[in-house]
Amino acid sequence: MVLSTAPLLLRSSRTSLLRNTLSPATIRAFSGSAFVAAKPAPSGAYPKGFRLPRPEAWDEGESALDRAGRLYLMTELFRGMYVVLEQYFRAPYTIYYPFEKGPISPRFRGEHALRRYPSGEERCIACKLCEAICPALAITIDAEERIDGSRRTTKYDIDMTKCIYCGLCQESCPVDAIVETPNVEYSTETREELLYNKEKLLANGDKWEQEIQFGLDADSNYR
Amino acid sequence: MLRQQIILRRSLATARLRARFSPAFSSRYFQSNAANKENLDSMYTPTSLHEFPPEDITNSFNKQTGKDIIANQKKKVRAFTVNFGPQHPAAHGVLRLILELHGEEILRSDPHVGLLHRGTEKLIEYKTYLQALPYFDRLDYVSMMSNEQVFALAVEKLLNIDIPIRAKYIRVLFAEISRVLNHLMSVLSHAMDVGALTPFLWGMEEREKLMEFYERVSGARLHAAYVRPGGVSQDIPAGLLDDIYMWATQFGDRIDEVEELLTDNRIWKLRTVGVGVMTAEEVLNHSFSGVMLRGSGVLYDLRKNQPYEVYDKMDFDIPVGTNGDCYDRYLIRMAEFRQSLRIIFQCLNDMPAGPVKVEDYKISPPPRALMKEDMESLIHHFLLFTKGYSVPPGETYTAIEAPKGEMGVYVVSDGSERPYRCKIRAPGFAHLAGFDAISRGHFLPDAVAIIGTMDLVFGEVDR
Repeated sequence: MVLSTAPLLLRSSRTSLLRNTLSPATIRAFSGSAFVAAKPAPSGAYPKGFRLPRPEAWDEGESALDRAGRLYLMTELFRGMYVVLEQYFRAPYTIYYPFEKGPISPRFRGEHALRRYPSGEERCIACKLCEAICPALAITIDAEERIDGSRRTTKYDIDMTKCIYCGLCQESCPVDAIVETPNVEYSTETREELLYNKEKLLANGDKWEQEIQFGLDADSNYR
Repeated sequence: MLRQQIILRRSLATARLRARFSPAFSSRYFQSNAANKENLDSMYTPTSLHEFPPEDITNSFNKQTGKDIIANQKKKVRAFTVNFGPQHPAAHGVLRLILELHGEEILRSDPHVGLLHRGTEKLIEYKTYLQALPYFDRLDYVSMMSNEQVFALAVEKLLNIDIPIRAKYIRVLFAEISRVLNHLMSVLSHAMDVGALTPFLWGMEEREKLMEFYERVSGARLHAAYVRPGGVSQDIPAGLLDDIYMWATQFGDRIDEVEELLTDNRIWKLRTVGVGVMTAEEVLNHSFSGVMLRGSGVLYDLRKNQPYEVYDKMDFDIPVGTNGDCYDRYLIRMAEFRQSLRIIFQCLNDMPAGPVKVEDYKISPPPRALMKEDMESLIHHFLLFTKGYSVPPGETYTAIEAPKGEMGVYVVSDGSERPYRCKIRAPGFAHLAGFDAISRGHFLPDAVAIIGTMDLVFGEVDR
């Protein structure tokens, strides 16, 4: 265990411990480094005068022999090296990324998608809540009445270069149409490919529907 | 003459600090200085332009004859100026420092900020209170939820609402997780800057685990948008508290390992002890906060001095330094890890049941099931996500103890749905402003140690 965790609190408690319970002869008999303050840091009010701890007298603290031993035998460096050696025998924390992936929760906010009803009809009713709430102004929606009389979007664009992935669009959507999928692997070679239109978003929805539905079900108690 | 003495005295003071820890250095330095002390007048003495009164500088440029200039060239040579950053790996992002050097000694330093300026404060004036929230994640992007918390607290104060107790516990729990996240980054990247790469990699492993908790609770590993005015956006998922507990039981060992590598290490001590010393008076004059303040012995922590959320119910200690150097600040951060763990354990053990946001559907959106069935809730939902909620006119300065120091927002509301003004008081900005005062007389490699100890993140410095 390393001695000086709380720089001041432990230092002051240590000197008082030594002074109250041990005679200077005992301290000299054993070297100073044998004593480690076991007293926890005081909670609540701080002791009086705690800001200026009494400087150590010549017969307190580490002995000259200890100090020389530490200096020339490099004890603290070897202790550090041992800790590093311990790590060598532990299981690695790294994963082989493209083949192994870290776990993600049902709430994960990744690439956007537009969902459909099981009938194949698109969910979005062009209420434009997501367009209104989007802090980055990344969503653009145009809408008009369809031949069958239902209100649907004619244009649903998300500028993925503007999007800040705050998740407010999927929170605002009253019909769970716009969602953020668990997908994060959609990097492109050109900027234009990141300007998503309605077709791309609906295709995303078709592709990720299973994962999206799983996430919504798993998280339904909290929403 | 007087000026030269001052410069000599300062470099001697620096050398004395060094000499305490490096005998070889002291003999070399003091001998050479003693030899040179007699012929100080003829010695090459660089000076900083900033030590002259302005008229002296203009006089020396305008009114001197060519002869004078040649005569003065032997004595007054402008200091060597170095651009430190913005591409320097130890500059923690986009810090640009103009350093005036005498050899390795820093005569003057001039931090240039603004390379990451995004106009957040102005942007917020055009956003509703809910829309403004995600921008706070992006201020100090290594302690995200602390920033959200300060904005949420300010808006709650303007709205004059009290949030449910469970929301407060969740906020405190994640504020302390943010503190651990932040200190892992600050301490260990500090160590990496001065040469200890290994603990940084261990710290990244712990950060990865913590960011997984962030992701499980909010859906994003970094920019959570989780702490909202009125509570938090969603309840914590089942099992998360168990996993945080499992993490917290092992994290003390990780701190021990890092301390084993750093705390007693002579190289680390050489680089940090006696470097960047600030007295209590100086840190107060420079309006430092957080660890930079406590490192110099000023006992001031907003969690104790003006408790917010449920910090008054928590049992924890505030570590305070004595010397005000980089080493003390390192020790304080290591101690704060352990104090954060104490708070995390208390939050986990005492986590109350109940709602996580105010059940006033004019401020926080109703649950989705209700929104889909109840017409009134649907209207509230639509209003909240289009118009937003209006906040009564007023102004507040609300500050919290963010991991880096006092993070405050000054919000002025004119009664509309958007803040009239939102001034953000970032701790890193004040620290960077004091960089010149700390670093004068130090050596160039000490600048790296000082940048590390100031815990700069340019998202909040430049805003």
